[in-house]
Amino acid sequence: MSVDLEKILRPIPSPMEPYEPKYMLLASGEAAVVREVGRDEIPDLLKYVEPLLHVERDFYDVVASRVYAELLGHYQFRFQDQYVLAVQIDGELAAIVNGRQVTPNLGLSLHTLAFRRGLRVGAHAFAAKMEYHFDQLGHDEVLIVAESPIGFRRWMIEYKLEKRFEVPHELGGVPSWALTRELFDRARASLIVGRRPVPPEMLAKAMAGILPPSDPPTPALDPLAATRAKSDPTATALMIERWEMEGRSEDA
Amino acid sequence: MRDVYVVGIGITTFTRLEYALSEIASYASMMALKDAGVTEVDDVYVANMGGPRVNHQTALASAVVDSLSLTPAGAAAIENGPASGGSAIKAGFQAVASGMDDLVLVAGVERMREVNNLEATDFVATLTHPIAEYIYGVTLPAHAAMFTRLYMEKYGVTERHLAMVGVKNQNAALHNEWAHLQQEISLEGILDSPEAMTNNPYVAEPLRFFDACPVSDGGAAVILASKEKAEELGRPMIRITGVGQATDTHAVFEREDPTDLLAVRKAAGDAFAMAGITPQDVDVAELHDAFTILEIAESEEVGFFPKGEGHIALENGETALGGTIPINVGGGLKGRGHPVGATGVAQAWEIVTQLRGDGGTRQVEDAKTGFTCNFGGFGNNVVCLTFERED
Repeated sequence: MSVDLEKILRPIPSPMEPYEPKYMLLASGEAAVVREVGRDEIPDLLKYVEPLLHVERDFYDVVASRVYAELLGHYQFRFQDQYVLAVQIDGELAAIVNGRQVTPNLGLSLHTLAFRRGLRVGAHAFAAKMEYHFDQLGHDEVLIVAESPIGFRRWMIEYKLEKRFEVPHELGGVPSWALTRELFDRARASLIVGRRPVPPEMLAKAMAGILPPSDPPTPALDPLAATRAKSDPTATALMIERWEMEGRSEDA
Repeated sequence: MRDVYVVGIGITTFTRLEYALSEIASYASMMALKDAGVTEVDDVYVANMGGPRVNHQTALASAVVDSLSLTPAGAAAIENGPASGGSAIKAGFQAVASGMDDLVLVAGVERMREVNNLEATDFVATLTHPIAEYIYGVTLPAHAAMFTRLYMEKYGVTERHLAMVGVKNQNAALHNEWAHLQQEISLEGILDSPEAMTNNPYVAEPLRFFDACPVSDGGAAVILASKEKAEELGRPMIRITGVGQATDTHAVFEREDPTDLLAVRKAAGDAFAMAGITPQDVDVAELHDAFTILEIAESEEVGFFPKGEGHIALENGETALGGTIPINVGGGLKGRGHPVGATGVAQAWEIVTQLRGDGGTRQVEDAKTGFTCNFGGFGNNVVCLTFERED
């Protein structure tokens, strides 16, 4: 009985051509490999995403919590036609992107989560998944939303997306934007990079395992923002420091 | 005129700071006061460019004095575009040198990331000529791009030279814990690889993304003292030996040759003359590299290298740590960041750090003489300072 129910609960996957890995040089000169992540590797990704649920800046908490749910759903066969790509630098996780196929002609972008910042890793990852939708899956259009201002600049502005506001996006039911094949082709020269095939040693290192990000985004620890703006708007701490310098106690 | 010494320095991390403008300045100031070991000053000067427009805050110096419990010290804010910091140090210098004050706090602060990049770019562009430039949409990146194009044609500077400055300074910032950019970059990644045009796109051709400084929040502060007071405090004796300030036409097109930065030349010349030294006596320099081309151009105008040969000196490694005249070893504006009102003070902070021998992995060996060039407008208001360590 339970086996039969599980068959009902599991979506039947549609045929999807696997993503062909590629690599690129980042501004740092480091090589980044983009490749599809197998279902068996999802538990590793979940471990690395979980800490970002608690990063309350640049909407990392919102994006990470949704990515976590999507990855878990994918892992437990509760997601229809999702794919997951990872960006790795020397094996280390630098970004995750995912999306899904809605119909043979329509793709849907889910999320882009960058663990390394300042090197366009997220932008390169997003470009890779758009390339997958158009060049490999043969979609005519991809529905997209942004959950952060950074995402809005990177997708809506850089790719000059069209409005599809009449279509609620699966992420929160908000109005969709669309990247059409024509817009993608226009952006191809300036935004889409990468080389194939990936050198065997480089690919082998990436495939050997997804190493944890060494410098992931962390909760704001800036002494100004964390300890003073929120807890000390009247700058009492500054006065206390001054009293200490003068040899006076805090309750003087 | 009395001698003037820097007896205390302070700085905040340059990054995005979700904190009130006056409190950023106060934090940096508190560090400087602690460093100097003082709790009172005679006057306070606070350098800032965008408070009224970007942060909706005026009378900034009054706010800083109050938050630091420095009342009843005199207090004034100084707005002089990107040269606000240098101008405030000049005002503090004059107050002490004249004998009016014995101790002065000079702070610089900016909080630009409260607004988006477009608004921040527009706010900085308000320093351009309102009729001849601003209304036509001229921004500082556009100004710098036109300047760069002329420089390339006249002197043979290439995009590779610009990228070399960017790599040098951004990677130098990795040795400065207070710097905004903590990400290593390489010539291969931003210039030579097939991906370089995407990693490092043009923002205003021929300037690319990594040719421009980041938009930063941050504050810096110095405490200036008379000789008697400095000796009493027992801090390292770092003297401001020269001060020069000069202006040029507001509208750049009115200059006979836009590649000549006459205000830089005069301000630097005046500072060196006052100090009784030559550019070749300088051990470490801070130049205003809001755009990479400016480091090259200023290195010539202040007299480190002949006109048109700054990029050759760069190629030869003369401006790197270990070179004949290390420039922007703490990252400069490119790597440390450029909270506009704070920059001139932050330059002084770096030079004093160097002259004290506290530069850590970015320390210039046995640095005794330092120089700063704080470049306002597009070269229409410039403050240069020289510093010397007295053993």
